[in-house]
Amino acid sequence: MAFDITRPILLVDDYVTMLRILRNIFVQLKFTNIHEATDGVTALQELRAGDYSLIMSDWNMEPMTGLELLREVRADEKLKHIPFIMVTAESKTENVIVAKKAGVSNYIVKPFNANTLKSKLVSVIGEF
Amino acid sequence: MSGSLDQEQLAKQLLELQKAEPGTVPLEEVSAVVAGIMDAARKELASSDNEVVAKMIGLADYIEQAKQEIAALRPDEVKDRHLPAASDELDEIVAETEACSFQDITGQRVAKVVKALKDIEEKVDSLITAFGDEIAEYKSRNASDGAEETPTDENEITDDMLLQGPQLSDEAMSQDDIDKLLNSA
Repeated sequence: MAFDITRPILLVDDYVTMLRILRNIFVQLKFTNIHEATDGVTALQELRAGDYSLIMSDWNMEPMTGLELLREVRADEKLKHIPFIMVTAESKTENVIVAKKAGVSNYIVKPFNANTLKSKLVSVIGEF
Repeated sequence: MSGSLDQEQLAKQLLELQKAEPGTVPLEEVSAVVAGIMDAARKELASSDNEVVAKMIGLADYIEQAKQEIAALRPDEVKDRHLPAASDELDEIVAETEACSFQDITGQRVAKVVKALKDIEEKVDSLITAFGDEIAEYKSRNASDGAEETPTDENEITDDMLLQGPQLSDEAMSQDDIDKLLNSA
């Protein structure tokens, strides 16, 4: 079954320009229910209050990092099934390994283009 | 205080000697005045010497303390790690900015910062040469410093260590490498 692009997704980044770029790409990809958070704590509150089908988060944020958010999500019974894509400029091997161990669904390194984002989305949520 | 009283007495005695008729002053009196002058001079020299020595000791202590503080600042680390890293980061910013065609203003400003960093690097280099021994001694005394920055075990990697900001191009993994790593067992 194809992924329902009308379901809510959450974009998390403390850099508002990046959120705008991500939103524009998702709009181009016909997603219609796009939510945003500028830090991990707010994102977690949003996630617990809503019914999200995808999380796309930056890593380097204050006070809660994207990695901490990922761990919180994976430790939460209600949220742990949600696909989580890390979008980050942190591209050292140890970062990828730690994220993978924490249960990341995919890992996109900045800078990226719309095609890369789409291909990673497809690999995580399937065709849409 | 006694030094100043002695001087007053000597002055008085000298005045009396000048007023005396030639040949009427006993030799003992002249001898006592000369001895008093020599004694006063010796005391004066000794006290000024002590003052100079005390100031020199104070200065030496101050220099030693400054050397310790400079050694503790680890200028070698600033030169070997922080400055090159900052310079490399700025080079990357220049490259990225040029790629975005904003180089006219921003690139020139960053280039100025790069030049300033390189000037600082040269000066720190001179400082290291001047304080080489002190820095080596400080390092050997504090050999454990910075050990936590180079984890030998994966478990020792903390979240803070993972957040280094965008990787320099020669250190970064490509998206393809990351995909392979994620897909590996």
